[in-house]
Amino acid sequence: MKRTIPLLITALGGFVLIASYFIPPAQSWGENVSIWFDILSSIAFVLGGANLLMSHLKSISDRKSGWGYSAVVLVSFLGTLFIGLGKIGVHPSPQFPNMAWTGYYREMGSGFWFIYQYGYTPLTATLFAMLAFYIASAAFRAFRAKNVEAALLLGTAFIVLLGRTFAGVALTSWIDPSKWSGFKYFTGLKIENLTVLIMSVFNTAGNRAIMIGIALGIVAASLKVLIGADRSYLGKD
Amino acid sequence: MRDFLEQQWWLVVIVLGSLAPLAAQFVSRGFLPTLRTLDRRWIFLLMFWAVLVPIYFVGVTGRTFPEIPGALAKATFNEIEKLHAGDPVLIAFDYDPSSEGELSPMATAFVKQCAEKKLKMYFMALWPVGSQLADATIDDVLKSDFPNLVYGQDYVNLGYKSGNEGVIKVIVTNLRELYTTDSRGTPLQDIPMMHGIQNIQQMKLVIDISAGYPGIKEWVQYAVTPFPETIHLVGGSTGVQAPQLYPYVPRQLPGLLGAIKGAAEYEKLVIDKYGGPHPNPKYLDGLRRMGPQLVAHLLIIFLIVMANILYFADKRRESRS
Amino acid sequence: MKVWIAVLVMWAAGLLPVAALGQSVAPAPPANLTAVDHDWDDGTRIDLSWTLSLGDSSLQGYLIRKKTAEDATFTVVDTVPPGTNRYTVSDLIRNHPYLFQVVAISKDLTESSPASTSAPVAPTMQWLDGTRVWFLVILLVFCGSVIAFIELARRGVPLKVRRIAGLEAIDEAVGRATEMGRSCLFVPGIGDLNDMQTIAGMSILSRVAKTAAEYNAQIEVPTSHSLVMTAGQEAVQGAFLAAGRPDSYNSDKIYYVTDEQFAYVAHIQGYMTREKPAACFYMGSFFAESLILAEMGNAIGAIQIAGTGQPAQLPFFVAACDYTLIGEEFFAASAYLSGEPGQIGSLKGQDVGKLIVAGLVIAGVIAETLVVLTNSPAMRAFVDYLTRKVLS
Repeated sequence: MKRTIPLLITALGGFVLIASYFIPPAQSWGENVSIWFDILSSIAFVLGGANLLMSHLKSISDRKSGWGYSAVVLVSFLGTLFIGLGKIGVHPSPQFPNMAWTGYYREMGSGFWFIYQYGYTPLTATLFAMLAFYIASAAFRAFRAKNVEAALLLGTAFIVLLGRTFAGVALTSWIDPSKWSGFKYFTGLKIENLTVLIMSVFNTAGNRAIMIGIALGIVAASLKVLIGADRSYLGKD
Repeated sequence: MRDFLEQQWWLVVIVLGSLAPLAAQFVSRGFLPTLRTLDRRWIFLLMFWAVLVPIYFVGVTGRTFPEIPGALAKATFNEIEKLHAGDPVLIAFDYDPSSEGELSPMATAFVKQCAEKKLKMYFMALWPVGSQLADATIDDVLKSDFPNLVYGQDYVNLGYKSGNEGVIKVIVTNLRELYTTDSRGTPLQDIPMMHGIQNIQQMKLVIDISAGYPGIKEWVQYAVTPFPETIHLVGGSTGVQAPQLYPYVPRQLPGLLGAIKGAAEYEKLVIDKYGGPHPNPKYLDGLRRMGPQLVAHLLIIFLIVMANILYFADKRRESRS
Repeated sequence: MKVWIAVLVMWAAGLLPVAALGQSVAPAPPANLTAVDHDWDDGTRIDLSWTLSLGDSSLQGYLIRKKTAEDATFTVVDTVPPGTNRYTVSDLIRNHPYLFQVVAISKDLTESSPASTSAPVAPTMQWLDGTRVWFLVILLVFCGSVIAFIELARRGVPLKVRRIAGLEAIDEAVGRATEMGRSCLFVPGIGDLNDMQTIAGMSILSRVAKTAAEYNAQIEVPTSHSLVMTAGQEAVQGAFLAAGRPDSYNSDKIYYVTDEQFAYVAHIQGYMTREKPAACFYMGSFFAESLILAEMGNAIGAIQIAGTGQPAQLPFFVAACDYTLIGEEFFAASAYLSGEPGQIGSLKGQDVGKLIVAGLVIAGVIAETLVVLTNSPAMRAFVDYLTRKVLS
């Protein structure tokens, strides 16, 4: 029973979603199933939040290595929750000036806005910016012309890297039909045009092949899950 | 450039001084041995200077590289340009602050062009913080440069709705099933420009600025594909996502701006038409960021070349021994 | 007297236009209102279309009204802005005939005479969306082949599947972690449980956890969604039970971090820097954080196996990880690792799908080329049918 009910729910939910795509009267069922999932995942946040609090409190009480970070997590979590829910620093809405909590919680200058603007935004931008450094170190470590395919890949990478900048445009700016009419047959060799050709033809073809394979893999894997042939995601067989 | 180097000599000293220990290693240990054991933190430092110095150069001199808009940027620009005053457009902010560097110049330019064309702008978001980014762009562009535009009559922010592609599936036929208020809690029936708007098929154009999932791909799959006659989509995406979206160009996606290059090309078109002789610097962010992009790309090419020199030298040494 | 009456009449006639100026003038009405049943729906919608009023640019908008045969008067449906000449009326009763009116409204809210539908129209339901028939056919053929091959494999027909290096290396990776006395890190990505990539990741997690249990290695699973945490705990607990080591299971090792992408990866980076796991598995939906994770794993010298269905992230994983499951290899992982004949059969079924796609691509390319070369109307019709009906 512990495994049968989840399997039944999975199968029912999945087939309802498929049916709703093809059968117009069932369209709203599919929308309802999607909305139920949203409700479930919102409720499940309580589980996750509780787990978060418990694990970090445990980490602090056990004085595990890095427990200071757990303290920062808890203070940030509870502080943001309190400031957001309490609408700290938010002025009442002009429509209801006498009621304290009618203002817009993200009003400019409010506590929540301040946390977002000066805490969250710089932090996420910083993490994302780390990619630039990691790309450089990955390029130095991994991009070696070990065989013909790798060499072709590197050549393509150079063209696209240059084509996305002014350097590429400047490098082949001498291919100008106004300087010599014969150049009109070679404008395709200008780096910016080669970049567009690589991205829109070769890269698109490769991407399409991978995307088709992934889509087929998703359909087959989903079918196995729906008919109960694959139950490994539920735990023990 | 020479003037810049002379005036900012202190920066040159700091950069060269920070790289002096690396140069000393190359001299004392030799070129290949140093490359072989190169600490990745030297690479990080080189990348740091490759991005910082051009930003500083552009900031001090105000000079940007010339930009020639490509076909996709022109197609995106023309899709908005062919609309008429009063046409409703939906602008979806499907990104977060981590992608702001690549996408906010696009967002600013999109809103600028829509405001200049006097289109009715409906903002929404499928990412939780997208709504705040929409508010920020509204403040930056509409409230400061178009003060005659009235919230609720000329533009409205419907806010964020959770559900990812589920939201798109619902609003293509019934927007009011999900949206009963705007992002500030005002009921839709009290917003004049929402009268008569039932679903997004009534929008003349959907503009999506996306950084991943949900994003342009989901809009193509769940909005454009089921309703190709009534929903027209253009978008801007991060460089990493763009290759995934080229298969949809041009039938499902007539215009696509990919990465900061796409943003810079589109900005050029917008400011050439609407920027005037002295465009506001906030509409030149994309163009300004092409400077660090150039130097960073050249650095990566340089590192790849060095790595391959090392690889072939080691290979030759092994084959000799 | 007659003169005075004449003067009065002329004065009244003169006044009348003045009086009329104080009253509103009705705008020109819309025309040619038609109502048709909305195609391929559940029988609750009717599409209206009309010709715009001659004075459309100076209107406030158009008012739409509806009425059934039983209703005495029309009721308001909605108002639409000027320039709109279409509207879909919804929430109607199936098979019930309706009449509609559209009136133009001027800025001072004066209504024009109505444009009405000449005959009642009833919305009807279609049981199957006719525009998606070909998609259904292809889907049934593909799913049918998967099920057929599963059955064939269960009956003992031998099926060959090529070696997938990344999956063969899982035992090696966990063994290495055990020898070094360090933990294994499993990152199920940032997708929620409704993402097939996450489910595929959970399937692989249960196999990896079973191997870790057999080798008595530690496994840590930070998750970015609460539901994924719950599913992960079930998967790992089941795996430890199957390996005969239920006491070694520690639910604290599968925990929720945060929904936020970069906060999640910052936590994992910190964990990797401090604990230095020897084996890192990245199996699920990833975005920009993929390179950060993979480079961090490189920096600590871990063996890394990655798999994702995000084509944009595959290059980063291929460049930085030791093994990468590309595209459908990732979704085949569960079947491959189980070794069960039925599951292996499903992989062969996927090949049928690839054959269908390849066939359509070749047929389409040849046909389109022939259209360009020969300008044949029959070929053009075939290509149009293929692109607009079969593949749309």
